[in-house]
Amino acid sequence: MNTIKKHFWNEYQKEIANDNYYYERSCIRQSFFPGSETAFLKILRDELGKKIIDDQHQHTCTGIGYHSDIVQFDTTMTICARLFSLMSDNELKNFVPSCVTSFGVFTEVVETWNQFPEELEKTRKFLREATGREFKIPENIAHPSDIIYKYRKELKQKMKYQLVNHKTGKPLRVVEHTGCHYGKIFSHHAVGGAEFPQVLAGMIEEWGGEVIDYPERRHCCGFGFRQYLVMANRGYSVANTKKKFESMEEYKPDFVLTNCPGCTMFMDRWQYTIAEMEGKTYDDNGMGIPVLTYEELAGLLLGYNPWDLGLQVHQVQSESLLDKIGIAYDPADKFIGKSGKFIGIPEKPEILKVDYDG
Amino acid sequence: MNTFVETIKYSMKNYYELLSTDVRFCEGLTACMNCGVCTAICPAAEFYKYDPRQICNTVQTRDDDQIEALLKSDTIWYCGQCMSCKARCPRGNVPAMVISVLRRFSQELGFFTESEKGRQQFAVKRTVGDNIINTGYCVHIDSVTPKLHPEQGPVWKWYYENAEEVADRLGANYNKEGGGALRKISKENLDEVKKIFDVTGGTALYEQVEDSSKVQAKLMKLGFDDVGTNNEYFFHTYIENSENHQK
Repeated sequence: MNTIKKHFWNEYQKEIANDNYYYERSCIRQSFFPGSETAFLKILRDELGKKIIDDQHQHTCTGIGYHSDIVQFDTTMTICARLFSLMSDNELKNFVPSCVTSFGVFTEVVETWNQFPEELEKTRKFLREATGREFKIPENIAHPSDIIYKYRKELKQKMKYQLVNHKTGKPLRVVEHTGCHYGKIFSHHAVGGAEFPQVLAGMIEEWGGEVIDYPERRHCCGFGFRQYLVMANRGYSVANTKKKFESMEEYKPDFVLTNCPGCTMFMDRWQYTIAEMEGKTYDDNGMGIPVLTYEELAGLLLGYNPWDLGLQVHQVQSESLLDKIGIAYDPADKFIGKSGKFIGIPEKPEILKVDYDG
Repeated sequence: MNTFVETIKYSMKNYYELLSTDVRFCEGLTACMNCGVCTAICPAAEFYKYDPRQICNTVQTRDDDQIEALLKSDTIWYCGQCMSCKARCPRGNVPAMVISVLRRFSQELGFFTESEKGRQQFAVKRTVGDNIINTGYCVHIDSVTPKLHPEQGPVWKWYYENAEEVADRLGANYNKEGGGALRKISKENLDEVKKIFDVTGGTALYEQVEDSSKVQAKLMKLGFDDVGTNNEYFFHTYIENSENHQK
């Protein structure tokens, strides 16, 4: 069976540019996990010596509005065209959208233009009329997780830690969750395609961990756009996350690794909600299963301070994972703000256990 | 009726032809054989009384009465846009994309206010829709208030209340000029975003959602303000759940 899987996913490779990237930031990641975007830029510049531009003139791709159907497709195409125009202003050709929803949107827009040239011409006309701008289609669109995957071996050489329990010497067991819009819309733009997602699995295996293959591995995290954005619909969102955690529970994962901002947030927050609603957690200690971004994981293994990466802004706390890997950390530094002052401690949930005494 | 809707209604011959004017409809539905793989894989079909296979079937009938009923129904608003159907359809159809086109015209024709789930588009417009124009972000820390998002938990509340201290420690440039995460997006850039909305029909859609919702609020005798989220109709569309949607 393994042979068949390897055969199939090897057919889904993609071209990932080597250097000179335009970074398009994510609304959700900037808000919920800004440390992950900071870590990505630091890893590319300081560890890999790459050029990547973080442009102050950029803005949302409208992806969340587009998939909740409040933004027209013509509008989204033209907003994407403006962002491509900004990339051209910086004399770059390789576009790197931080968000998986954005990655899907940019890919859909470019595929549409390739198949329907009249849509491209319409977009050029709209952009010109609105802003006087022209744009070029990127030569390469890669998600940041593609780039970390591409350089996973080089990064391993610099890592201080491995995905191994430092007391037992056994590989950590990891659930990987790739965002739906990474591979399900255009599988040929995803490492491993939609069926055999390899982008995160490749990092986990290279860095010493073991990937858990569980029944609902490919099921959506439950974001559902309007199904979360509107309070009345959030049952949909939490029900889907619950389905995934029930499916993975018996495999006892040490943590969950994601490449999508929404997935990271929902799989983290809904564990709190499920615990408070039903008294249920999916680990043995009542603390939940930590959910990490791939930049947080890379940063931890490279020896970055967990509290500079932002692990304290996750609801499910990660000290148990740090202890397993043997990562040293300073508990007193966890709730220190930019000013260097202690800024207080979050309240404690009623059911979900945490490492702080708020 | 606004000019936008009048133009659409005047120029179309039937609903199927109207749907076909959107390139995503042409791409999303070519030859559905109604096998039901989309429904088998669909997270929404598991949760709601929802069947994407049936939606494709209804659209393919080209029957005006059936399509209009769909445009006025809760059904088209159940999809979560995960696009799992795209990955699985043996014929390369994309029911989620067909849904997007149905939702577009449900709003443009003013039909969305006739269903509970459709009316929620007003809440989406007043949150994500207005965020884009006012801030340049779909979602921003400041818009995810603990009051509207209790499920975010106590760590989020702590983060929200100490946003600048926490975000800037993590490398952000919270609400300030210049570059970086969570920077304040300049007026020059926001103006170009707004102009793009104006010329592409994005602003017209917002206005249609606002106008239809105002009429609906009056019909339902609910308070309505022209801006913001602090009004009776907003909370009605944001919170109301008749509990009549699940299997």
